[in-house]
Amino acid sequence: MSALGSFVLLLALALAGYSFLAGLLALAARPAGWERLSETARRAGIASFGTVLIAAVVLVTSAFRNDFSIAYIFHHSNRDLPLPYKFATLWSGQEGSLLFWSLLLSGYGLVLRLRHKTDEALFAHASVVIAAVQVFFLLLLNFAARPFAVMQGTLPADGNGLNPLLQYTEMVIHPPMLYLGYVGFTVPFAFALGALVMKYPGDKWIHITRRWTMVTWGLLTCGITLGAHWAYYVLGWGGYWGWDPVENASLLPWLTGTAFLHSVMMQEKRGMLKVWNMWLVFTTFWLSILGTYLTRSGVLNSVHAFAQSPIGGWFKWFLVIIFVVFAAFFFANKSYLTSEHKLESLISRESSFLFNNLLFVLACFTVLWGTWFPLISEFLQGHKVTVGPPFFNSVAVPVALLLLLLTAVGPLLAWRKTSLDSLRRNFLWPALGSLVVGTLMVIFGVRPWRDLTYFYALMTAMLATLVGLTVISEFVRGGRVISRHTGQNLAASMLHLCHRNTRRYGGYIVHFGVALLFLGILGTVFNQEAEKEMAFRDKLAIGPYTLVCLSYTQEENANNSADVAIMQVFKGGRQIDTLYPESRFYPASQQQQHIPTVRSTLAGDLYIVYEGQNPETGRPIIKAHLNPLVSWIWIGVLVMIFGTIVALVPNAAPVRATVPARLEAAPVGAGD
Amino acid sequence: MPRSQTSNRVPHFSRLLREVEIFAASRLRLLPAVFLGVLLLMGAGDDSARIDRLGHQMMCVCGCNQILLECNHVGCSYSSRMRNELVAAVDAGNDDGSVLQIFIQKYGTTVLASPTTVGWVNRAAWVMPYAALALGTLLVVFVVRVWRNRPLSAVVGIPAPVAGAELDRFRAQARKETDL
Repeated sequence: MSALGSFVLLLALALAGYSFLAGLLALAARPAGWERLSETARRAGIASFGTVLIAAVVLVTSAFRNDFSIAYIFHHSNRDLPLPYKFATLWSGQEGSLLFWSLLLSGYGLVLRLRHKTDEALFAHASVVIAAVQVFFLLLLNFAARPFAVMQGTLPADGNGLNPLLQYTEMVIHPPMLYLGYVGFTVPFAFALGALVMKYPGDKWIHITRRWTMVTWGLLTCGITLGAHWAYYVLGWGGYWGWDPVENASLLPWLTGTAFLHSVMMQEKRGMLKVWNMWLVFTTFWLSILGTYLTRSGVLNSVHAFAQSPIGGWFKWFLVIIFVVFAAFFFANKSYLTSEHKLESLISRESSFLFNNLLFVLACFTVLWGTWFPLISEFLQGHKVTVGPPFFNSVAVPVALLLLLLTAVGPLLAWRKTSLDSLRRNFLWPALGSLVVGTLMVIFGVRPWRDLTYFYALMTAMLATLVGLTVISEFVRGGRVISRHTGQNLAASMLHLCHRNTRRYGGYIVHFGVALLFLGILGTVFNQEAEKEMAFRDKLAIGPYTLVCLSYTQEENANNSADVAIMQVFKGGRQIDTLYPESRFYPASQQQQHIPTVRSTLAGDLYIVYEGQNPETGRPIIKAHLNPLVSWIWIGVLVMIFGTIVALVPNAAPVRATVPARLEAAPVGAGD
Repeated sequence: MPRSQTSNRVPHFSRLLREVEIFAASRLRLLPAVFLGVLLLMGAGDDSARIDRLGHQMMCVCGCNQILLECNHVGCSYSSRMRNELVAAVDAGNDDGSVLQIFIQKYGTTVLASPTTVGWVNRAAWVMPYAALALGTLLVVFVVRVWRNRPLSAVVGIPAPVAGAELDRFRAQARKETDL
């Protein structure tokens, strides 16, 4: 099996190499019969997907067959590993995950190459760029991080098993989602570079790119959230985001990708920010490669840094090369990227997009700065410093609040110029609602003058309310106009409105999801925790709950053994639930893992961890967290994903307004 | 809406604003005292609150990359010991700075969860994001001003009426730019 796997990977490299070189030759030199040469390059690119797919299938099959002659399978699987996790072996280690990266990239390349009729010249250029990236990853797989390397010496009877932290349902989904996001940003980059090389006129490429970016952005959002959800339900420290370098690495391309999704509208509608958009697309792709480098090289200390390896050097050179290539084409061809319009007012949609992009890029810079600062400090001072959650919370929260403010304000500003009267009209009710929420919070005991975190909580609640209410008011106002025209009820009118301009109203739904997400995050300020050694019938009080230890038991299966605590949950003197936190031991990897149990409601989560036994007293330790509003984070992200899907749906045919006077009542103040 | 009602509202609103202004101005005089009070409140706190605060300013040094008081790493040989040391250091009457210094001397500078404000490199860590925000804002304002002053190419005088295909083209552009 290992020979077959190695062979197909070599074949994949040859095909991708041919696709790149032949495609490049056909487009650059235009020899006689270049169209046919370009077509062979396209077909080689398609075939490369088949070979990488075979390699991935071989690796997964080897895991199912317990083929421990392959070193990767020995290190990341064992005989008793449940079947879904054997499938996840593909991305649980460095070599496998790089193979998975290549598979997804080839898959994206396949779709792109099959859809080449859309615009043959542009797609041919994009195909060459994708082939170049494929070549890099296949070089890594063939020479630096070989997934089919064989074990030396006597064959082991069993493998080391999968890292216990990864033996969780979400781990079967989280990495593929994240990788689909990371890898997907190659496609917008390929189109951008292709358009730059061609000096491609018009905004067709930006339409194509925007759609790909939305899909990729949605997948990356899912991937990041699943990672946070996994951290919350598996790592057992009661939180979902720890500002770990690898978490940060996934956030970086998401931030610039989000900036691009906003600024691209300036180019589509007003022919502005062309240079900026080029660099945003490039930066997003560059950061996704940087993220892969951080995840895979172990250059930064992280809970994810299971991969200490020499591939860092390869990535560094690749990052330099793509920067040089992009910058060279940009400076050679930038003359065609001139803006078509001028900015007419500071209070306009254009200005809000500029500030929006500033804040997203600033947030990206802040996270990047904090992530790399330990290395900068080591270089300048001779010793590392830690840059952990206190730093990120201090510097990122103000930027996030400013972004939330713009999320509320931006959609209500008109293109070109907004009158103060229109602003006042659009903002009156949302602002009043926001003030009411703020006042209620102060009445119920949030004292922003006592602690900065309370101030942030108050601001978050008020701004999230403002965002939510502006979105609702936009739907209602637009719905009323449709209702007047068609006689439909308000709900049907709002649905109609949404279908007429899916991008705009899908975007609003995403904004609403962001408001819910922030609402969930603000709950962190009010977290409580308690810890106690608990024997039979001992009680632990936290918030409105009382936990009573009923019993401890043990469970065992082929893969692990577990100590399980049985905890009764009382609220107001009445038993409402029984929870079972576990402490598991995995014999194959000789590792122990706490599996928390969570009672989740919309108001908050009761989160219980069995932390093992006190070595001195032998008594079990139970730690309980009360985390308010966490569910709204997951709900918010679901709403964001729903909004993204809505935005991807094609528009219904526009209604032609025949009575110009009525247009005044339509929400002309807003666009996408 | 009758005109008289609207016009009545304006002076009333102005009066209200004026009252708010007077109220705010009178309260501003109290600001230094309020500020001092807030500082005193922030400084107050029992030992458990201090331990909680200090424990969240330090990392567990076992390599799990977690905040000291949040490390639940199974069998961690560091976090329990460090927590005991933290309690002992606070009980011994050390102030916050001294407690952190004890840990730095024992475990190195990486024990702190964020850079200090000592030395220009560490200060740069804190200043840089805000400096970038300030510079970025100035840059955006500059760009907006430059773009506002950019001359338009061919808009001089009142344009002639358009019809036919040209009118359709303008309608399409208007739809594109306003989404109607």
